[in-house]
Amino acid sequence: MADHAPAAGHAHEEHPTWSTYWKVALFLTIITAVEVSAYYIPAWETSWVYVPSMLIMSAVKFFVVVMYYMHLKYDHKLFRSLFTGPLMVAMLTLIGLLFLFSKLAIKIGLLA
Amino acid sequence: MTATTAPTTAHGDGHSHGDAPHAHGGGHYTSLGLDSRKIAIWTFIGSECMLFASLISTYLIYKGRSPEGPFPHETWTNPMTGEVFKPILNIPVTSASTFVLLMSSLAMVLALAAVQNRHVPKVTMGQKILGSSKLWLWMTCLLGIGFLGCQAYEFTSFIHEGLTIRTNLFGSSFFTLTGFHGAHVTAGVIWLFTLLAIDYKRGLQPEDATIVDIAALYWHFVDVVWIAIFTLVYLIK
Repeated sequence: MADHAPAAGHAHEEHPTWSTYWKVALFLTIITAVEVSAYYIPAWETSWVYVPSMLIMSAVKFFVVVMYYMHLKYDHKLFRSLFTGPLMVAMLTLIGLLFLFSKLAIKIGLLA
Repeated sequence: MTATTAPTTAHGDGHSHGDAPHAHGGGHYTSLGLDSRKIAIWTFIGSECMLFASLISTYLIYKGRSPEGPFPHETWTNPMTGEVFKPILNIPVTSASTFVLLMSSLAMVLALAAVQNRHVPKVTMGQKILGSSKLWLWMTCLLGIGFLGCQAYEFTSFIHEGLTIRTNLFGSSFFTLTGFHGAHVTAGVIWLFTLLAIDYKRGLQPEDATIVDIAALYWHFVDVVWIAIFTLVYLIK
């Protein structure tokens, strides 16, 4: 962690442009509109695809913001590791806790 | 408005500038040539992921386990009083506040690009608008305040409808989760106002891009957390 000068001579392949930022905003708006519309469409809302489709759309929005607005797509891989590592731990914790407190866990005797 | 010039970036890895380490507003660099402040903010964001995962887990575990209403998506009749409580979540208002927060992220990223491209000549009106860091920082602040206003309205209406943090498991976990997020948005708005103060005092220069970038990373993180909350709490019954 010494106070070294930044490494030189490394060129980024590409940079986001202003038009990229606007396109990302439009994309996020459209997905949000689809999500909210799905909530009000009974045929969709009551079908088995509703929850998976919502989770997928939410995950897409999440990663688009992280990649383009937080510049993780263009940034150093160490920053990517600092984010994705704890995110994975967080996701596994969430899934583990949901399983531990689920009806399945009660059924198989993990939880009284 | 849609200038296609690639904004120069200050990703904190020093690659895009290649100048002296202290030319970026006093940042220190690691042996990898990375700005230590950016490593700090990414580490902080990583820890925040775990905080919000625990809060979301708590909400989801308690979901549907409240013996008494009001409930988020279902009507509930109090057996003691016969009072009917309609589903408490207001999806139209929350959808609007979600849109507001998404647009604040756009404004924030445009503010950062404006600071990074401060010295790029602006000829057209569109370029001048895109190049105004004050405008985009103000927009981000106002949109953040708008989001907080929607949350204040939501909380107030819930309390009037009989749901407080002490009413039931849903109320406790809901107010804790969304309240923590609202506190983060409030901290972000205060942070953005400090950047605005610097911009008015001496003007944010490309050398200051890292401090704006760090605030922007925090702001976008608050946005992505809301993306998850909006789906898991509001849209999935």
